[in-house]
Amino acid sequence: MTTNSTALPLPASFALDRRIQRPLVILLALAAPLVALSMGKSWVRVLDFALLYVLLAIGLNLVVGFAGLLDLGYIAFYAVGAYTWAFLASPHFGIHLPFWIVLPLGAAFAALAGIALGFPTLRLRGDYLAIVTLGFGEIIRIFMNNLNQPINITNGPQGIDSIDPLTIAGLDLSKDLDLFGFQIPSLTLYYYAFLACVVAAIILVRRLQISRIGRAWAAIRDDELAAKAIGIDTRMMKLLAFGLGATFGGVSGGLFAAFQGFVSPESFSLMESIVVLTMIVLGGMGNLAGVIVGAIMLTALPELLRHFAVPMQMALFGKTLLDPEVLRMLLLSLAMIVMMLVRPAGLLPARTRYAHRDRRNA
Amino acid sequence: MITLLESRAVNKRFGGLKALTDVSLTIRKGEVYGLIGPNGAGKTTFFNVLTGAYAIDGGEFVMNGAELPSAKPHLVVQHGIARTFQNIRLFRELTALENVMAGHHIRSSAGVWGILTQSRAAREEERLMQERALEILDYVGIGRHADTVARNLSYGDQRRLEIARALATEPQLLALDEPAAGMNATETAGLRTLVDTIRGDGITVLLIEHDVKLIMGLCDRVAVLDFGKKIAEGTPAEVQRCPDVIKAYLGGHRAH
Repeated sequence: MTTNSTALPLPASFALDRRIQRPLVILLALAAPLVALSMGKSWVRVLDFALLYVLLAIGLNLVVGFAGLLDLGYIAFYAVGAYTWAFLASPHFGIHLPFWIVLPLGAAFAALAGIALGFPTLRLRGDYLAIVTLGFGEIIRIFMNNLNQPINITNGPQGIDSIDPLTIAGLDLSKDLDLFGFQIPSLTLYYYAFLACVVAAIILVRRLQISRIGRAWAAIRDDELAAKAIGIDTRMMKLLAFGLGATFGGVSGGLFAAFQGFVSPESFSLMESIVVLTMIVLGGMGNLAGVIVGAIMLTALPELLRHFAVPMQMALFGKTLLDPEVLRMLLLSLAMIVMMLVRPAGLLPARTRYAHRDRRNA
Repeated sequence: MITLLESRAVNKRFGGLKALTDVSLTIRKGEVYGLIGPNGAGKTTFFNVLTGAYAIDGGEFVMNGAELPSAKPHLVVQHGIARTFQNIRLFRELTALENVMAGHHIRSSAGVWGILTQSRAAREEERLMQERALEILDYVGIGRHADTVARNLSYGDQRRLEIARALATEPQLLALDEPAAGMNATETAGLRTLVDTIRGDGITVLLIEHDVKLIMGLCDRVAVLDFGKKIAEGTPAEVQRCPDVIKAYLGGHRAH
């Protein structure tokens, strides 16, 4: 097979008929934890984390993929959401608010942080914006790390533990559920809760994308001067992108804190921001399906390495030559280089639609 | 004749360079007004100051009796001025339809909440916007390309799409910066018909153009800029006979 186009054609399995595609994806999403459970509980945990990352990637994609604002400090909003939950639902301050207060609050604080970041950076673009956002991400992390004195707010590098789990309508998700004799593990319960959030996020982001706001973002991304020339208030729209994007990070962070039961500054390093950005780039910037695939792949990769690379090296060389963490970075970098060469637009480089319609051509 | 736009002693400097010096002109409602002059005369600068891309250094623009804001392009559009660019500036990754719908931005009002909840008003507005955008695409003659991504359109169609996007902002004054640049004879003829139609529908047109034949055939009145100053204004025929204009175009010492 020869092709001149820069992007390789999609493998046949991706090009399935839409009518089959959708039910297949739904079935896969619903059955995934059951399959994973048969392979061991740790795999369900991986899936849970994958969904949290999907949520992060969806939010970051809104800023980077839709509005074209390169944000290297996105994990800061994740941190804001996580610490909000940790402050308001843990023995740390002795406050135990329910999730339907804490989660929206975390989202709101993250949105405020997003707007706070947006204001001074409105005039910046590209590399300059990336540097400032990177600094912002670090500032938040360093604050979390050092706000244990003079008054202990964040408990510093030790972090906050014993955080309340997610409890929905009396159902504590951190405990296995006994349903008509079936044992549903806590991890599976969390999976479905996170899945619900991801589905909601997808629906909301799709609605934004196909709207006057989504088109305004795309306009700013493609040509800011022309966007102004047709009357788009670019300042407002950028702040909106930062604020809304951060909201998803905040929700994801809150869920993370509840799921993990523990938060500490080291979960919010620059590397995490870069990993989320890599998910978007790998999957296909702007395209929701691509972003989701990218997030799942990159969350699963280190776990796969841990499970297979170490035993394989032991069998081959009798010792572990490459630590899985090192191998992960190596493979990630290699994957990025190969991707930029063969599929520069990402794994699923479908064109993002900003209007209803087009089944006909396009 | 009713005055639509008036520029009063408009000045623009770039450091020591006087790009515009006391440029005053009056554009009447319903006419096609041409702005010509040699390269570097300040035509595009005039456009950029008018549309708010640059801050004004002196003087003012008055549109329908109200002073235009300086250096606030998105507010200028609300006053009813839309522009195109000398080098085409479309939203490359959007389809023709989406480009025009983006142009409707200021004439639509759905907010975040309405969009997230898909309120009836928001859905209805979206549907109307799409309908209207398709009409505009048909109007400029590229309706069949509605779902084509802008960067894949032919050059002439990209020019038309830029005009369509500008029309979507529902302007009273349409400012075209060298719309015929790079067009062949057929495309230029088509453009001329389009501008005629637009004028016929009551939109005033301000035109920067190098193609003298186009200017002479299309414009009701013309102003000539040279070194940032207005050196002549009148009907195309009057301007053509003006000695200053001939000197500006053919060289020689300027008369003063």
